[in-house]
Amino acid sequence: MAPKAVYIHIPFCTNKCHYCDFTAYVVDGQPVEDYLAALEREMELTVAEVPPGEIETVFIGGGTPTVLNPQQMERLLLSIRTYFPHWSNEWEFTIEANPGTTGEELLEVMQAGGVNRISFGAQTFRPDLLQKIGRIHGVEDIYRSVEQARSVGFDNISLDLMFGLPHQTLQDVQKTLIEALKLEPDHFSCYSLKIEEGTLFHHLYERNELPLPPEEEELAMYQWIRSNLPRYGYIQYEISNFSKPGKESRHNSIYWLNEEYYGLGAGAHGYMNKVRHANVKGVKEYIHQVQHGKRPVLERHEVNAQEEMENFMILGLRMLKGVSCTRFYSLYHKRIEEVYGSVIERLVEQGMLTVQDDRIALTEKGLIYGNEVFASFLI
Amino acid sequence: MDRREKLKMIRNFSIIAHIDHGKSTLADRILEYTGALSEREMTDQYLDKMELEKERGITIKLQSVRLKYKAKDGQEYILNLIDTPGHVDFSYEVSRSLQACEGALLVVDAAQGVEAQTLANVYLALESDLEIIPVINKIDLPSAEPERVKQEIEDVIGLDASEAVLASAKAGIGIEEILEQVVEKVPAPSGDPDAPLRALIFDSYYDSYKGVIVYMRVVEGTVKKGMKIKMMSTGKTFEVTEVGAFTPHPVLMDELSVGEVGFIVAGIKNVKDTRVGDTITDANNPATEPLPGYRKITPMVYCGMYPVDSSEYDDLREALEKLELNDASLTYEPETSSALGFGFRCGFLGLLHMEIIQERIEREFGIQLITTAPSVVYKVYQTDGSVLDIENPTLMPPPQKIDHVEEPYVRASIMVPNDYVGTVMELCQSKRGQYVDMKYIDTNRVNLIYELPLAEIVYDFFDQLKSGTKGYASLDYELIGYKPSNLVKMDILLNGEVVDALSFIVHRDRAYHRGRALVEKLKKLIPRQMFEVPVQAAIGNKIIARETIKAIRKNVLAKCYGGDVSRKRKLLEKQKEGKKRMKSIGSVDVPQEAFMAVLQVDDNK
Repeated sequence: MAPKAVYIHIPFCTNKCHYCDFTAYVVDGQPVEDYLAALEREMELTVAEVPPGEIETVFIGGGTPTVLNPQQMERLLLSIRTYFPHWSNEWEFTIEANPGTTGEELLEVMQAGGVNRISFGAQTFRPDLLQKIGRIHGVEDIYRSVEQARSVGFDNISLDLMFGLPHQTLQDVQKTLIEALKLEPDHFSCYSLKIEEGTLFHHLYERNELPLPPEEEELAMYQWIRSNLPRYGYIQYEISNFSKPGKESRHNSIYWLNEEYYGLGAGAHGYMNKVRHANVKGVKEYIHQVQHGKRPVLERHEVNAQEEMENFMILGLRMLKGVSCTRFYSLYHKRIEEVYGSVIERLVEQGMLTVQDDRIALTEKGLIYGNEVFASFLI
Repeated sequence: MDRREKLKMIRNFSIIAHIDHGKSTLADRILEYTGALSEREMTDQYLDKMELEKERGITIKLQSVRLKYKAKDGQEYILNLIDTPGHVDFSYEVSRSLQACEGALLVVDAAQGVEAQTLANVYLALESDLEIIPVINKIDLPSAEPERVKQEIEDVIGLDASEAVLASAKAGIGIEEILEQVVEKVPAPSGDPDAPLRALIFDSYYDSYKGVIVYMRVVEGTVKKGMKIKMMSTGKTFEVTEVGAFTPHPVLMDELSVGEVGFIVAGIKNVKDTRVGDTITDANNPATEPLPGYRKITPMVYCGMYPVDSSEYDDLREALEKLELNDASLTYEPETSSALGFGFRCGFLGLLHMEIIQERIEREFGIQLITTAPSVVYKVYQTDGSVLDIENPTLMPPPQKIDHVEEPYVRASIMVPNDYVGTVMELCQSKRGQYVDMKYIDTNRVNLIYELPLAEIVYDFFDQLKSGTKGYASLDYELIGYKPSNLVKMDILLNGEVVDALSFIVHRDRAYHRGRALVEKLKKLIPRQMFEVPVQAAIGNKIIARETIKAIRKNVLAKCYGGDVSRKRKLLEKQKEGKKRMKSIGSVDVPQEAFMAVLQVDDNK
């Protein structure tokens, strides 16, 4: 069956944040037009190989997709419509945006092109902290951008927040959340900072110059977020994600359900016909390869049956509702106990998993020690 | 040629040198000079065969080579160069290979002078009445002081160094003169070719096609193909199927007679049947007396070896079986640990020997090991009058059953520059050493003699000696027997449970300090678990130190990786891999380093 989801990567940013190790390049001087042309060509090459059916979700991520000007955005959205023409009635189309990068004209173009969800990278509401992590937007930008998006008619808005940042305290997180709640977004993603190699933060960390909050405090931040968001009507449906009822990210859910998706653009990952692939990261190389009529794939990995089951577990358990045993059986024609009986038994004994009717899910404890649980499912 | 005539043309010699003083390079040059190896075959240090030996720059297995040398007097001589291992762990092997020679080259570094190790081996050579030819090597170094070193050889060893060869093995200087002196000064072997066979075994090697290949020196009589031979210490008999010598390629010969060095193959299945130092004789016409000096080698150091993955127990046994084929001094016996499961208690000649075996098992057989800290053999005199040999601290009887305990002592000879004498004496004192003697070698250097418990040498003595003297001190030691000591067994508890594999025996006076230091060290080595883990040190029921490993508070990836599942997997796989390297004891994951931690606790801090 053809993938029902499309991911498109825009590897450009106005600047690089100190913690970011995603494929993203400062946009000045980048061949944006050529890149968009190449994307279009990649779509053409890809759908020729794997013809699309009805598309349920599209996600444009980055980088910062909203560094595109309205004309460029219009072009991109048009190409998506061209190569993925059939959309489900209930489609979800998300664009990631940085506060302060979404002018009215751009918002209108987005809406006209079918975008119906915006995910703003707010990160924190403490102005000096925004600066310290290398963001260039201010707190004011967050308010203005969200309001503007609403006035244009967007009614599904998500905010990304980060915790565990250097210099950040539990109190900061509390204040940030209270501020963010005033905007009444439909969805929150709350990510903890992870120090990745090759970032400025990693460099500082190695030199012992990154004052990260202690582990206990970081845990307290997470627990505070988890216990308070529900009081405002947000349901935690995944380790880092909270939403108003019915506003869960359907695109991300496709990842967590281990379903397939198209992945397009430099550095993008895709999963089609049981093959996971990663695209080349460099913009120039990406353009070059596509211009020569080649799909710009850097790595290709055929997922075998065992790995598929592993992924099913480690991704599925991220969702608080957990995994479905009958779905496991219908996909792999093996009972889950047959494959993972002893692992599940041990984890239940350790208080990390619960088994209820058809579902296996993380407990409160399992949520905190998620990696221990997931690692157990790798055979 | 008549056997007696042939005898006159033979010269058997070995090379004595401190590690790094250039023994292997010199051996290579000699091979090259006599044309034994073509240039194509001249890989560096031909005699050091094993990969590990090359890496560590030391010789473990012996080699012997038969060379032809046309001397300046126009005659062709047969030179047998017998290599010796270069580490104190193998001093018995050294003594046996020296026994097979009439002469030795004493190689001394022109900059560093005589070292304790060299000295010890020179004494061994002198005991065997060897003709010693001093060679001052590395004379091309800017820091070379050949005159000072000559003087030192005369003062310290009492050898005439006036004709010492000034050489540089690396640069190929002095090789011919060395060979000339060998021909001239080393006596030809003597002995009766018609007497009953007596041949000295100085090494053996297991070949999977031929069985054991015995390296030996014929002292009297002749050994031939088809002959029935007998090992004099075991009485076992074999039939000789091959006789030959290494040139260094193996070459088959009709016979080996008096004075000759070579190998025999005799359908021997186990190296344990060919004990180093044993005498081979003619089974049908046996000699009455074996050659002197045979000693059964007993391991000095023991440790437990366990597979990390308990399903690899059989693989580990097979690995040990295979290694044993080639290593008569390795012993092993199955043992069980409540913490580590099924494994083996293995005996070694010393720490280096232990490390080599450990590395070979991991490298050549791909088995991940947990090894417990090495222990010496204690003699426990029980109140009922019986005596136990305790090589595993866990097996120590309870205190009320012990009358007293004895531990092995060594006589250590430490050669050290003047400036460090104070430091070394302090170190020896802190390691429970008893001062015996101090000799000035020259105005700069001193030879200190101490009696020390072997356990302290096994512990960290050598490392501390090296670091305390900026590497200038050298050490040699020999076992001198057992002495009573006030020793106690220390247990380590993890999460309230005694971990038998972490128990060790320690002198009562430093038990408290070492216990405390060890729990601190373990706290650092054992990764945090999902729960708090107390680490305690106890003597009997008395807890003497306690630390707590704090619980890990969270381990979750609250990060957005989008569709990149491979990154998530890599992270989890790394985590899982890390766990695989650890042994789960009770519910605590303990890494290999923890079992060795007792060796890394510094008594002086």
